[in-house]
Amino acid sequence: MSGGIIRPYGDTTGDGMVQVSFTLPVPCDKRGEGAALQLAAKMGLDPAMVVHAKQMGEGFTFFVVYGRVNHLVDLSQVVVAERDFPLLSAKEVNALVKRRLRRKLVVVGACIGTDAHTVGIDAILNVKGIAGEKGLEYYRELRVVNLGAQVAVPDLVEAARAEKADAVLVSQVVTQRDAHLHNTREMSAAFREAMPADRRPLLVVGGPRFDERMAGELGVDRIFGRGTTPAEVASYLVHALITNRPQARRAA
Amino acid sequence: MTGKLDLDPVLVRRARELARRAGGPVVELARGHTTVSVERAMLRLAGVSGADADGIPWVNRLLDAVVADVGLGHGAALPVFDALAREGIDDVSLLAQKAAAGSVRFRVPSGRDATAARRASRRAVGAGVKRIDRRRAERDRLVKRHGDPKQRPWIYLIVATGDIYEDIPQAQAAARAGADVIAVIRSTGQSLLDYVPEGATREGFAGTYATQENFRLMRAALDESSRELGRYIRLTNYASGLCMPEIATLAGLERLDMMLNDSMYGILFRDINPIRTFVDQRFSRQIHARAGIIINTGEDNYLTTADAVEAAHTVTVSQLLNEYFAHEAGLADSQLGLGHAFEINPDLPESFRLELAHALLARELFPDAPLKWMPPTRHMTGDVFRGNLLDGFFNLVGAMTGQGILLVGMMTEAVVTPWLSDRDIALQNVRYVLNAAGGLHEDFVPAPGGFIRSRASLVLREAVELLERIVDDVHAADPHAPGGGLLNAIADGTFGIMKRPADRGKGLDGVARHEPGYYNPATEILEAGQ
Repeated sequence: MSGGIIRPYGDTTGDGMVQVSFTLPVPCDKRGEGAALQLAAKMGLDPAMVVHAKQMGEGFTFFVVYGRVNHLVDLSQVVVAERDFPLLSAKEVNALVKRRLRRKLVVVGACIGTDAHTVGIDAILNVKGIAGEKGLEYYRELRVVNLGAQVAVPDLVEAARAEKADAVLVSQVVTQRDAHLHNTREMSAAFREAMPADRRPLLVVGGPRFDERMAGELGVDRIFGRGTTPAEVASYLVHALITNRPQARRAA
Repeated sequence: MTGKLDLDPVLVRRARELARRAGGPVVELARGHTTVSVERAMLRLAGVSGADADGIPWVNRLLDAVVADVGLGHGAALPVFDALAREGIDDVSLLAQKAAAGSVRFRVPSGRDATAARRASRRAVGAGVKRIDRRRAERDRLVKRHGDPKQRPWIYLIVATGDIYEDIPQAQAAARAGADVIAVIRSTGQSLLDYVPEGATREGFAGTYATQENFRLMRAALDESSRELGRYIRLTNYASGLCMPEIATLAGLERLDMMLNDSMYGILFRDINPIRTFVDQRFSRQIHARAGIIINTGEDNYLTTADAVEAAHTVTVSQLLNEYFAHEAGLADSQLGLGHAFEINPDLPESFRLELAHALLARELFPDAPLKWMPPTRHMTGDVFRGNLLDGFFNLVGAMTGQGILLVGMMTEAVVTPWLSDRDIALQNVRYVLNAAGGLHEDFVPAPGGFIRSRASLVLREAVELLERIVDDVHAADPHAPGGGLLNAIADGTFGIMKRPADRGKGLDGVARHEPGYYNPATEILEAGQ
């Protein structure tokens, strides 16, 4: 996509019409409506019309505003941060594992260190999942072993070996003084020591405090930050272990 | 039977009979086992309260000390009340503190010491049960004074900020806007904590911790709202996970009105050990029965993992099992908020008629239960306009099929936690439908031989077939394995795709078979009262 200046489309090319809704902490009266129009003007809507205003409880009003926005979109300036692997549905993940791996893909998950918060690992692994999206247990072609909380690194390595894990998922939610970084380094070092590179499972860590760009520094294959969904993790596993295998191993 | 679907009464009787046969062996198993949480619930009724400096409840410290000395299988009542007598104190919380400090040793008393401990524990626990009875009588009084909601279904709304002091004004605002039932959703992960946190809490993950103090604060706030609004506002929380019996007990003590309490949810969706779950569930339901609490079961979860058309009969099977386990534990039909949900893919032709058929089937199978009708989540895409329309159709099914409790659907489901305006728009949607079509269930009778009746009959037949398979699911290797076909079916992955064997899952180490002479005064009192 390059070149071109565009504006929003209401019912005529270039009319710039948009519709927004928001709530302000004001009573529903003339003054409240004026406040909504002021916000709309600052958002670049001119002229703006308050088409709906409704008081909700004490001192809050919900507004729907239509207006002409004076901003332009320059398509040549659009920058998109691309995910470096395609997002797959559960069906596609299952089909790829079945056809290309021809056995179940084994995932071992745990919270390591003193972190007892299994929120993250459970959101990714448990069938219940998160935000309406099912966890990896739901994927027929994945075999999930969730070791739970406060797993010692040697136990994790042992479990990964015993289960013949293709991937190890580690979650770190609550952390103090960068314990999540320390724990992750300890974990990746333990795997490096215990297994040759070509036998080592894919190492994936996740948690709200991680910087997704630090994978190399921490010795893991991938880091997932806040808001990661099970489908993203599953898609990444398929990408790294099946569809893009050599490249993924080099990154390790 | 109200008879709008003309269901085959022989088939309906057969379905209940099969549910009884599937559930019976599990009840037998539950009667012969105890768990750490059942014992802690009993100790809470006996008066143990508070927590140590690290926030570990004294009831955990006390039970851990008892288990370390004499194991779990005798129950905690006799060792604890024997120790009280030997120490010459009468405050169980004080004993807990001494036990935690290692200055008390426990034993299983015998002879006259056992008789004395038995009597003392029964008196102490009896006082706790009386407190629950008083809270129930108090609810009856308040409902009489303020009144029930004028309409059915009752409007059920969730708040979840993580901070109880933020939840309170939100809950009160929701009640003012029309909510009849407020559910405070729990912090993610609480179901896997093997203790109940203490005190008022202000930090949770996507929800607020269930604690006795949080229960008390919210109930008091909603009592204020009930007075202001002239209708009794009910409060809901979650008796699930590893501490189900204790949370049920705290709910009874703090006059909560409804509790989420499903017979298999923890097993299937949280990988909690099946035996632990069934033992904990039976005790918690006995408490709910005593406390006059309406349970809400979790069948909606089946439909969020499996296809809502293909798996419709698994909902019916689960409802029948939940009903059997609930009746066995002493719950009345009026306390059975059996769950089901509006989760059929809206792109499917006739999806609305299918929803009507399923919802009406539940209504007709359980005519005296206040069914809990759950909104669409799975097919909410982020298109809030379409979502609002879908919620409108969901509300319409609720009105047309006479549902008891309607959980308000949010058009921003799967986008954000509900904003103030989302909740307002959602309630406006419910009010419009109930106002415009609240009595439609009186006129709505599906045509004989038509789509809806045929669909409902088919789902019932499939449910009976599945129950037959469960009852027959006896392992060749061990035909007398405890728990019978239902535990085998769970182990084999019959429900959803999760295989949950009886010797695996979280919380198994907190389960013990009863030793000879096991005594639990709470169970004794609750069963005598049925």
